[in-house]
Amino acid sequence: MKFTKEQELARKAVREFAEKELSPIAGDIDKTGKIPEELFDKLARYNYLSVCIPSEYGGAGGDYMSYVITVEELSKKCASTALYVSGTSSLFCWPILKFGTEEQKQKYAVPMAKGEKIGCFALTEPGAGSDAAAQQTTAVLEDEHYVLNGTKCFITLGAIADIAIVFAMTDKSKGLRGISAFIVDTKSQGFSVGKNEEKMGIKGTVTSELIFENVKVPKENLIGKEGQGFKIAMATLDGGRLGIAAQALGIAQGAMDETVKYLKERQQFGRTLEKFQGIQWMIADMETKINAARLLVYNTASQKDLNLPAGKESAMAKLYAAEVAMDVTTKAVQLHGGYGYTKDYPVERMMRDAKITEIYEGTSQVQKMVIAQNVLK
Amino acid sequence: MKIIVCVKQVPDTNEVKIDPVKGTLIRDGIPSILNPDDANALEEALALKDKYTDVKVTVLTMGPPQAEEILRECLAMGADDVILLSDRAFAGADTWATSNTIAAAIRKIGEYDIVFAGRQAIDGDTAQVGPQIAERIGIPQVSYVQNFKIDGDEIIVQRQLEDGHEVIKVKKPVLLTAIKELNEPRYISMKGIFNAYKKSITTWTLSDLDIEKHQVGLDASPTNVLRSFTPEPKGKGIIIKGTVEEMVEKLVVNLSKKNVI
Repeated sequence: MKFTKEQELARKAVREFAEKELSPIAGDIDKTGKIPEELFDKLARYNYLSVCIPSEYGGAGGDYMSYVITVEELSKKCASTALYVSGTSSLFCWPILKFGTEEQKQKYAVPMAKGEKIGCFALTEPGAGSDAAAQQTTAVLEDEHYVLNGTKCFITLGAIADIAIVFAMTDKSKGLRGISAFIVDTKSQGFSVGKNEEKMGIKGTVTSELIFENVKVPKENLIGKEGQGFKIAMATLDGGRLGIAAQALGIAQGAMDETVKYLKERQQFGRTLEKFQGIQWMIADMETKINAARLLVYNTASQKDLNLPAGKESAMAKLYAAEVAMDVTTKAVQLHGGYGYTKDYPVERMMRDAKITEIYEGTSQVQKMVIAQNVLK
Repeated sequence: MKIIVCVKQVPDTNEVKIDPVKGTLIRDGIPSILNPDDANALEEALALKDKYTDVKVTVLTMGPPQAEEILRECLAMGADDVILLSDRAFAGADTWATSNTIAAAIRKIGEYDIVFAGRQAIDGDTAQVGPQIAERIGIPQVSYVQNFKIDGDEIIVQRQLEDGHEVIKVKKPVLLTAIKELNEPRYISMKGIFNAYKKSITTWTLSDLDIEKHQVGLDASPTNVLRSFTPEPKGKGIIIKGTVEEMVEKLVVNLSKKNVI
């Protein structure tokens, strides 16, 4: 794979950042359930939050390849931290930048890109997971405001977000064409945070239930037109998947790096573990799969940089990279033996973090639906 | 305020291996980095740029064309201008010839208030080029700077010594060499990276400088390396065990055998 000088320098820069800033605290982030404020400020200051957001909207003005490189390098050390980056660039800012008005972009996307405000993407509901069209949240236009009622769940960063992208039914009779997208200020009256989930992994990000009780949203905060919500959600997730694919790739590579280090140190039967052929064969399989996943991720980024359709590519990259992340981290724990099952080594955290990549922003089964639909259309 | 920062591209010594036969560094495939002390020098200049509005930071390096890579990094970190001194005639220079070349470039730049350099480069460890530049352009110098502040027209610096530090007040223009205690260099921002490759890099060759061929490069270098070698590793230490009396006796016997006592 050939990279531009910018992309190579981006990798060098983020790798150094992750090594120095994330490695020493990734275990603590997992334990305490949050990233330090100074870390978020640094992600903002160095524009890691907004690699592929245009500079006129507060971003770094880079390409998708540099974006996936950034997410990959951060995820090698701390998947939770990387989620702030992929979330901001894709789920929170992108729908506004793609479908919003100039005023919406300046008022909401710019502060999120700059890290002055935190966003969240509120689509999932207790009864609307993979079947995202089954929205129960409603939005009724009353004079100059839409009034929102309903409950969202599993919302990443929901509890700390300043701005929420919220999907709600404006016309139930139209089914998925009756869904609309809104920008909601989380300080609005009637907005509240329900329970925070106790998760298996990515513990450095809070995941919450959001409750809307007669939340008044100004009319001008509708994104696009009424009824475009489902289209906006699906287009956003098409892009978001690339970030999760890069996150999965990074987790797998991070677990691989830890494992190689361990195999060269650990001695059993009078020699280091790396000398055993049975182990070498496992390493060969892991390495091959990681590199196959990497090519899918980079190919998708490259398609997007060329402005070519990448929905199917994103889905394939996410499906495969997530499976590889789960497979490689499980083997990494195995190769660490009993130590791998303890918190003294980072691979158990990586294994827990890997699992979510098979679930959020479309489960592996939903990715297969997307891929098959694209092939059979 | 105009600041010139002198930097050097060096092999990442964490990755360097020594050729066991020739005794020289194996540089093939070794990543190059901005010399660490030079990163502290640049950081101090950039911190001034963050603090005051009229600061211009120019980064200067001498090296082969690929030294452009670290100049791009310096641009990405926030430098305004970068200049590469590159000519076959400059090759093989020791510190004497290097400082001659860089001093000629600084004279060509003309106006400056502060010249920052790193204390020393991790590939040569001489710590000579910075001070030599100051001598050649005839300005005061303070080396081993661990603290820096501006007080009106004056600069107050702390100079690190082995057992303490000196506080020195100097007037501009001045050359300062930075040590790692001076600051924590910033990371490279993404915006910086994408902007860095939009800027052009000024390259000066011998003909651009007011200096003659016999004053630069290998010909102008009074020192040359005859041989380099890796010192034999010290053998394993010996742990003496037993009662205090036994240990002392064994120690004394061993030391006198080796003619130490």
